[in-house]
Amino acid sequence: MHAVEIRDVRKIYRRYGRRKSFGTLKSALLSGSVLKNLRPDSAFHALDGVTLDVRQGSTLGIIGRNGSGKSSLLKLIAGVGKPSSGTIHVSGRVSALIELGAGFHPEISGRENVFINGMMLGLSKAEVARRFDEIVAFAELGDFIDEPVKTYSSGMYMRLGFAVAINVDPDVLLVDEVLAVGDEGFTHKCLEKFAEFRRRGKTIVLVTHMLDLVTRLCDEALWLDTGRVRGHGDPKRVVDAYLTEVAGTDDHAVSAATEPPAESGASETNGRAGRWGSQEAIIEHVELVRADGQPVHVFDSGQPMRIRVAVRAARPLHDFVFGIGIFTADGVCCFATNTQIEGRVPREWAGGGSFTVDIDRLDLVAGAYKLDVAVHRQDGVPYDYHRLLYSFRVASPLKDTGIYRPQHRWLFDGGIGISGTGEDGQL
Amino acid sequence: MLANLRQVFRYRALISSLVARELKARYRGSVLGFFWTFVNPLLLLGIYTFVFTVVLSGTRVGARSEPYALFLFCGILPWTWFQSSLLESCSVLIAGGNLIRKVLFPAEILPAVTVLTGLVNFCLGLLVFAGVAISYGRPVISGDLIWLPVIILVQLALTLGLSLLLSSLTVHFRDLRDLMGNLLTLWFWSTPILYTVAEVPERFRAVFALNPFTHLAVAYQEVLFFDGPFTGWRPLLALGAFALLVLFFGYFVFDRLRDTLAEEV
Repeated sequence: MHAVEIRDVRKIYRRYGRRKSFGTLKSALLSGSVLKNLRPDSAFHALDGVTLDVRQGSTLGIIGRNGSGKSSLLKLIAGVGKPSSGTIHVSGRVSALIELGAGFHPEISGRENVFINGMMLGLSKAEVARRFDEIVAFAELGDFIDEPVKTYSSGMYMRLGFAVAINVDPDVLLVDEVLAVGDEGFTHKCLEKFAEFRRRGKTIVLVTHMLDLVTRLCDEALWLDTGRVRGHGDPKRVVDAYLTEVAGTDDHAVSAATEPPAESGASETNGRAGRWGSQEAIIEHVELVRADGQPVHVFDSGQPMRIRVAVRAARPLHDFVFGIGIFTADGVCCFATNTQIEGRVPREWAGGGSFTVDIDRLDLVAGAYKLDVAVHRQDGVPYDYHRLLYSFRVASPLKDTGIYRPQHRWLFDGGIGISGTGEDGQL
Repeated sequence: MLANLRQVFRYRALISSLVARELKARYRGSVLGFFWTFVNPLLLLGIYTFVFTVVLSGTRVGARSEPYALFLFCGILPWTWFQSSLLESCSVLIAGGNLIRKVLFPAEILPAVTVLTGLVNFCLGLLVFAGVAISYGRPVISGDLIWLPVIILVQLALTLGLSLLLSSLTVHFRDLRDLMGNLLTLWFWSTPILYTVAEVPERFRAVFALNPFTHLAVAYQEVLFFDGPFTGWRPLLALGAFALLVLFFGYFVFDRLRDTLAEEV
């Protein structure tokens, strides 16, 4: 049973080149082209032949770069606009969290807005009345519900919009990146609500840039690229493929700049990916390997990781240092080291070879990380420096925060009674 | 198109709530509130009465339309509804662009709400009119009054049709709005609101008869102002048929342009 069936859907946005910013009737009449001006000059294919089924009760995550057609697809599923060709069939009531609180009127009270917004989303007046208390409770508005909406903080506004949309009790819930705008508490609440939806067998389609959300929450992932489906299926596999591609495109940005060499350490905050060096020795291949020997991009926190690097020297070298560095997605250095720091003395190197860094426990919290790999002289002049060119993700069932997750235990005594599995970050 | 109409019907509770919201939002935060809607027609009423009974009194022929202020009132009230509906229709879709792009609901609700809000104001204005009529010592209740709902329905259909047409076309041709502002001024002066149709020279009568609002204004004046039985029901019903055609055509155009609205606003 499919909740959403999409068959070869295309969406073409028309561009009106002749008309500068907008058309005027006068100019159209003067050139005798009223009808012609209603026709487009050129077309932009936002979606180019997308076919997709979403099983009832499953959660689908749609990922892709900006402008890849994610939101266009979501809007078509929501029924805002029609596909230029192809068919979309949705069974059951749809509610779209595309823009929270769209249609709120600032001058009138939250109460009246809830009714009007609820009816816009397809509820009857009686249905809104029945769910009203629940909506207000979810939005945590209390007495503010009778104040004009213009007096609300943006957080209150968003919570109210979310509360109305979610209480429409849809069979298919469409979510477009709304989680990115809320504060921690709000995001948490939304995720809880999504979990409840899943338990009740509802279908969710989620557009997001938060890739860890896709791997954590979704049963399937869809990767859109310039309006076409690039990948569809197991979320981990699709996200990995996407990450690899994103890293691959960064590779084109080769810079020959004489930037400070070496694993420059903790102060490195806003690094940009790139590659530079004299090329007297080159890094040919970098592979991240899991405990079972599989090259992957996603590692479980606390599990081993092996970094395998294939290198080649263009001429015999006697002065060389190998280094690696691990950075968060924001560019904060988690750990960086090299053979010089760790007291290895280079003797000679000719032709091909490889080195491996074995990390016994990857004690990092869940998130996206990037990798520096470098070969350089002892005085720091680089042969080949790969800056943030490799990415991997750490997955974890725990939602702890920060960067480093040391092995730790919780101990309680005295009058404290506390229960739980007692796993204590031992993964 | 029929399916769309059914959908509009399904949203009738939303329409009535939106009309209530429009009225409430407009009057909230202003001291005189609801009164402001009538300041403009009352102001017009005052100045036209002054100009045409005091300043230009000598040039007026035929003193049939006395008291002039009351005569003026029953033309200006429906005109205000007509004019404000058409003007607002020109911007209602653009102003509500956020809704059209982000929320799935039939866009024709927006112009419909504009017209219906005008209707509510018009009905409230009729109460003011009744008050003024009583102060002039005129009978308020007459047998003709049963025609009033018919006239209002005809005007509603005509206004709604034009409103749908204008609102969807303005999305593509933004200068329709300015065009309408000027056109409506011309239209006002070429409609027997400030004068009776009897004062129009014979050779222009045919031209005036082509103006749909002429028949509406005359009907209002006959029912609300002049004594005697309502005789203009024949042109009124003809206009009613025409208004339905306009409504159908307006909805047809709106429906055709529907899919372009979300992209253009």
